[in-house]
Order: sequence, then structure tokens, then C-alpha cells
Amino acid sequence: MPGEPMSAQLTQYLLTGVTIGAIYALVALGFSIIYNASHVINFAQGEFVMIGGMAAVSLIGAGLPLPLAIVTAVIVTALVGLMLEKFAVERARGAPVVTLIIITIGASILLRGLATLIWDKKLHPLRAFSGDRPIEIAGAVILPQSLWVLGIALVIVLLLSWFFGRTLFGKAILATSHQRLAAQLVGINVRQVLFVSFGLSAALGAIAGILIAPIAFTSWDVGIMLGLKGFAAAVLGGLGSGPGAVVGGLVLGIAETLSAGYVSSAYKDVIAFVLMLAVLFFMPSGLLGKRSTERV
Amino acid sequence: MAAFAWLASPRTGGLAALAGVIALLPLALTNNYYYDVAILVGLNAIVCVGLNLLIGYAGQISLGHAGFFGLGGYGSAILSARYGWPPLAALVAATAAVGLVAFLIGRPILRLRGHYLAMATLGMGVIISIVVSTEDGFTGGPDGMSVPPLTLAGLVLQGERVWYWIVGALVIAAVWLAQNLIGSPTGRALRALSGSEVGAEVVGIDSSRHKVLVFVISAVYAAIAGGLTAHYSGFITPGKVSFFHSIELVTMVVFGGMASTFGAVVGAAILTTLPQMLTVFKEYEMVAFGAVMMGTMIFVPKGLVPSLAMLAAARHRPAVVRAIGSDR
Amino acid sequence: MSLLRVEGLGKEFGGVQAVENLSFSVAPGTVHSIIGPNGAGKTTLLNLLTGIHVPTAGGIYLRERELTGEPPYEYAAAGIARTFQNLQVFFNMSALENVMVGRYRHERCGLVAALLRFSSLARAERACRDAAGELLDFVGLGDYLGVRADAMPYGALKRLEVARALATEPQLLLLDEPAAGLNPTETQEFDALIGKIAGRGITVLLVEHNMRLVMGVSDHILVLDYGRKLAEGTAGEVRANPRVVEAYLGATVH
Repeated sequence: MPGEPMSAQLTQYLLTGVTIGAIYALVALGFSIIYNASHVINFAQGEFVMIGGMAAVSLIGAGLPLPLAIVTAVIVTALVGLMLEKFAVERARGAPVVTLIIITIGASILLRGLATLIWDKKLHPLRAFSGDRPIEIAGAVILPQSLWVLGIALVIVLLLSWFFGRTLFGKAILATSHQRLAAQLVGINVRQVLFVSFGLSAALGAIAGILIAPIAFTSWDVGIMLGLKGFAAAVLGGLGSGPGAVVGGLVLGIAETLSAGYVSSAYKDVIAFVLMLAVLFFMPSGLLGKRSTERV
Repeated sequence: MAAFAWLASPRTGGLAALAGVIALLPLALTNNYYYDVAILVGLNAIVCVGLNLLIGYAGQISLGHAGFFGLGGYGSAILSARYGWPPLAALVAATAAVGLVAFLIGRPILRLRGHYLAMATLGMGVIISIVVSTEDGFTGGPDGMSVPPLTLAGLVLQGERVWYWIVGALVIAAVWLAQNLIGSPTGRALRALSGSEVGAEVVGIDSSRHKVLVFVISAVYAAIAGGLTAHYSGFITPGKVSFFHSIELVTMVVFGGMASTFGAVVGAAILTTLPQMLTVFKEYEMVAFGAVMMGTMIFVPKGLVPSLAMLAAARHRPAVVRAIGSDR
Repeated sequence: MSLLRVEGLGKEFGGVQAVENLSFSVAPGTVHSIIGPNGAGKTTLLNLLTGIHVPTAGGIYLRERELTGEPPYEYAAAGIARTFQNLQVFFNMSALENVMVGRYRHERCGLVAALLRFSSLARAERACRDAAGELLDFVGLGDYLGVRADAMPYGALKRLEVARALATEPQLLLLDEPAAGLNPTETQEFDALIGKIAGRGITVLLVEHNMRLVMGVSDHILVLDYGRKLAEGTAGEVRANPRVVEAYLGATVH
């Protein structure tokens, strides 16, 4: 904006970037969790984001108070995730990569189609959690909803790191990701691990969708770009790495807003994919991922 | 019995059957709309035959082939509409350019495998589609642009009836070339690659070179189809370059049958006509498509044609059916 | 002049020295075996000798031509072929086609010739088919011509890999634990097969655990332990070497 000092503008971009970055991080975590459990990339991850937001909108429209609507929407989405795993992914156990990719892509198209039937093709706003009077910070402006996004994302990341680092089930999931056969041999129910992973990732996606709906609105196709960008963030940080998902999400969000502000806003969406391709070409294990050697 | 043996060779038998279908189909096409659908099927079939070489035979994957289709279409459209090139020259030039792009992208991108390759090709396709939508000075942006018709030796090629025969002939050519490649040592090398890459390498096959080769060939197939589509419709829109179109193409290949050229044609035929027939149920199109994709991969993972062929082979054991079911 | 010469070869994987300072040579026309306890680096060595791994130290020379750092297809072009411990058979093709792929180096065809199906190609295809069929007979798989690889028994698949490797017309054939998973009868048949291959003038380098096979068939034995050369010599010399006996700790040699 003309007349604004450079630093205020920069702060503005950074705040916006971190906010959207937090959303990307949540979606990326969803990808990483499922990838860890099964080496499957769940193309329907973006649809979980969409279902969470749309369901919350419907439930509030039906008269539920906000907190209850949010919790219910998250649970509904988690159930969708569980069903996807049970009826589609599990049946294709051991199938080649192409098969699994097509199944989850098919699922995402199916879910989008159902969304247009259950809801509609319009944009829907969600009521902001605590009002929408902007707050001023260091010459920049931030919406209270953004603070909710950052706050809840932080809480979730802390909860997840406690879950994976300290609880038995969380460690079981990690063990499965490192060495599936060994995990089975020590008695870990790997099918259950996969099942739970899908539910957990769906819940994460739903939360992301609900958090961002007051700012960016929600609609039947909001999952496509968010899903793809969330994946880009996961690859950027290192597919399968939790901290990587967070770092990747934040880096992507900031890179996106900075380039949109300083370079070209028309090509804002391209940044995510250019970064993803760059990472895949030059650093496939991502910023924080582990390098692996293949044994022949 | 000798006639049976001749028919059993997928090259001559299958190709003859395809030519027969194309020649006789107009008897069933009673109006221009049906001709239009048939032409659409043919154009999709050309892309799918090429894509099947990449996915079914070489064992790779691409979720961004609509990008090559669109570059071929837009390239030819821009050269002929904005720079006044003769449309045929524009088509050839655009196709050559796409081949070059595929060659340059191919080397780095095909070092990736599995999911990473899928995402990289997806990213490539999305980048192309965003650029096409944004550079509206060249491309007309989200609304698309109009494209002059193809001319050949002064004759303007327009109209469904004319184009039916053009596309029909090209489909036969596309299938013939693909079959030839598959049956050659190069084709065998590609199939070996999908069987075991390291096994292929140790007998002297440069896997990287072969992957790039089939990537370029499939891109060229897509570009030609894209250019033809543009000149046939007289119009091209960014929807042709979209991620969804890429997915449609992969679904057609996978549904019809991987490692089966005729499967690719059948897949294109069914999945192009079905949405057209279901326009009454337009709102259910996405649900139906998604269900088809999931259902196929869960219940018939080898694809339609090879699965049917296996079923038939289990009962009758005629060489014909098994041969057509998979090109070997 | 030796056929294969390995000089100071080393391969490190993230801190682990799988192969260390290894030097040896293989004389043409011999059957050369490499033995050692599990983890001694035998398979890594074979991967190095076929370009699948790039050495972190040292050099590999075939008839004094340096191959170090070349991609696998260059090793194949130079005349080294191999079989795998974990089968790398093309399960999506028939036995005959598997061997025909092995002929790839000898029947390169141009892209245009392939696409337009020149008549020279048809003749070359028939010759390739015949050569492949002959090799299947040679290894005793004459009955499996049109059978899909995924329908073949394990023992047959091991011989299929040998046929495919022979199709490349190698000077040096590397066999990676060919007797693994075979019963005594099949092992004896393999013994005979190795003899037939050597009889064709092909130098054989064999990695094996089965001592009876090794002692019976080898002109020269190299013993590896922890990636380093422990001993080498004839079967008699190696058998008597106390360090070898110690390293094997309880492995009886018949």
C-alpha cells in the first residue's frame, strides 16, 4: 500500500503468511501422518478440510452453538476419513502405487461431488470465533481469527508431539512407519494404526478448514488447492516428518504472501508448485526429511 | 483355422477390427451431435494410447498430461490465431515445441519414482494450467480463445463429418505406431523397465533414456490431440489444461486396461461417452466419476479389457481373446 | 592379463564400511568364487562390479579399461552380466521374453525403424527369438518358452536369470548366491550348469554360501570378512587356512 512504511508492509505480509502457513502446516501434518502409516499419499486430504468447514457452516445454520458445531464437524469428518480407509484403502492393500493414487483421487472427486449434492456450489462464510475487529500490531493489522488459527495450530502441534513422543499408541504409529514388518512382529496391529491415522488426519484437516473458513470462506472446491498446497508443504519440509510439515507449511505460507506482495499477485498459486518441484528435483527428502539409501 | 491365426495377431486382427468399427460406426451416428461425441472419443483415444505407453508399459505415471495436451492446443491456437501461421504449420510447430519441453522436463522429473513422480507431474501440470489462465494477453485467459480451422492445400477442414474421418484415420495411425513400438526391442525394453528397473539396467538398458523417450512420445501424442481439438472446435479454454482433465485421462487408461493399447481406446470410448449420455444427471457426474475410479481400482485393478480377456480366456482359451487382452 | 582387476575398492554407507581396501584380480576362463560370512560385503561387491553402487574408493578395470563410476548399462556393455540373490525377473513377461530382453545390446534398433516396423526388424526379431530359445534350452528351461515368469517355480526362475545374463554375451558372469533356496538335486544341476558355462569360455564369478558347490567348482576362492580380504587361493589352500576356519566358526566344510 502506498504511503505505508516498508517494515509495516513486511510485517503485514509476514503475519498473513504465518496465518495461512499454519493452515498449510495442519494439512501437511495430515498428509505426513497417513504417509507414515502406509506410504500412501492421500489425495483426498484436501476434501477433509472442505468437509470440516462446510459441515460447521451447516451445523451453525441448523442452530448449534459454535463450539458444539465445531466439535461435531470434526467428528463427522473423522468418520468420513475412517470410512475411506476401511472401505477403499484397506481393500487395496499391497496394490501398486498407481492404483492407490487413483483410489484416493477418485475418493476426492466423489467427496466433492457429494458436497455439491449435499450443500451447493456457493461460497460460505463462517462466523469468526471472537469477532472480526482487526487488531493492530507493529503498524500491521491482524484479524482476531488469525490469532485463533495460530493459537490452535500451536496447541495441536504440541498435542501431536506429545502423542507421538510419549504415548504408546503414538509410538506404535511411528514404529509402523519406520519398519512395518518389524512392528507387526512385535504385536502392533498395523491395520489399526492405518485406521487411526486416517481418522486423525481427517480431524486435522477438518480443524484447518474450520479455522480458515471465517477468513477465506469455504465452498465445495476449497479442498483442491488447499490439499495440493498442503502436500507441497509436506514435501517441502520432508514427507513423513512432523516438524517438517510445520516448517514446510510456514515457509510456504510466507513465501507465498511475500511473492504475491513483492513480485506478482497473479502467480501467487504457482509458488507452491514451483517450490515443490524444486524440492523434488534437488532435495527430495525435503528440508528436514531423512535421506534414505535403497538396498538392492 | 488359418484365418483365426491371422485374427489372433493383435496387430493385424485388432487393428482390422478397429478399422472396421470406425468405418461402420457412421451407420449408427444419426446426427451431428453423435459425430461430435465420436470425434471427442477419437481425440481422447489418441492421448490415451500415448499415455498408456507411459503408464501401462513403462510403468511410470503422469498426473499432468493435460498440460501437454493444452500446450499443444494453445500453442497451435496462438501461432495460427495471433501470428497468422498456416494452421497445419502451427500444429506441427506446437507439437515439436511440446516434444522439446517434455524432453527437457523429462530427464529431471523421471529420476523420481512412485508418489514423488506423481506429484511432480501433477505440479508440472498445475503450473502450466495457471500460466495459461494468467497470461490472458496470449491465451485469452479464463474465457479461452477462438482458433482458426485447419486448412489443407487450400481446403478448409470444418464440420463433424469431415473431421470424423480425419480423427478416425489418426486413431488407427496412433494405435499402429504404438503397437509397432511395443513389439520392437525398444518396446520390450520398456516393459522390462516396468518389470524390474535394475534387472533392465544390468542387461544394458539405459533406463533414464528410455523413460524420457516414452515420456516424450506420450507428450507428443497428447500435443497432437490437443492441437487437433483446438482446430476442430474452433475454440480452446483453460479447462482443457486442468488437473481434472489430467485425471480424466489417467482414469481412461487405467479403466480400459493398462498395458493394452486397445484397452486405452476402449477406456477413452466408455469414459467419454458416459458423461455425455448422463447429461441429464449432470449433477451426479462427479460422484459417478469418482465412484468409477475407485470401483475400478478396487475391483478390477487390471482394467476392463485385460480383465474381460482373462475371464474369457479362462473359459474358452482362444488365442484371439488373450492376444487382444494384452498386446503380447 | 587379468580379465577383471579390482584395486583398493571401498564402499561406505553412512559411516559403515561395507567394502574396504579390496584388491584382487580374476583370470579369464576361470571359475572364481567369493565366500564369507553374512554381512561380509559380498552382495555389495557384486553391486559395485555392476555399477549399481558407485565406489567411494578404488577402481574397477575390465581388460584394463576403467569402469569405475559408470552407470550399470555401461558395465553391461563392457561385458559384465549378473544374476540376483533377490530375483529381478521381469514377472510381467514370459520366460522367452525375459531372455530376449537380455539380447537388447545386440539388437538395438532406431526409433523410426521401431515405429514404422521396417522389415529388417521382423527378421531381427526372429533371430532374437531363436537365440533366446537356444539359451533357454541350454539352461534346461526348454519347456518354459511361452510360460509367464510369474507362473514359474523358484528354481526355474534362478536359471532364467542365468539365461538372461548369458543372452548379453558376457565375458564375465557374476552369480549371486545361485544355490540359495535350492534343494541338493537342483544344486547339483547348477554345479553342472556352471561347468557348461565355463566350457563356453565365459569367466564366472560366484558368490555363494554353499561350500560343497564352491569347493567343487572353483579354480580360485576369495574369502571376505567385514568387507576386507581375509584370504585367497585354491580350494585346498583356503580350506586349510586357520583364519578362514576361525571366521566361519563352526561352518563345516565337507
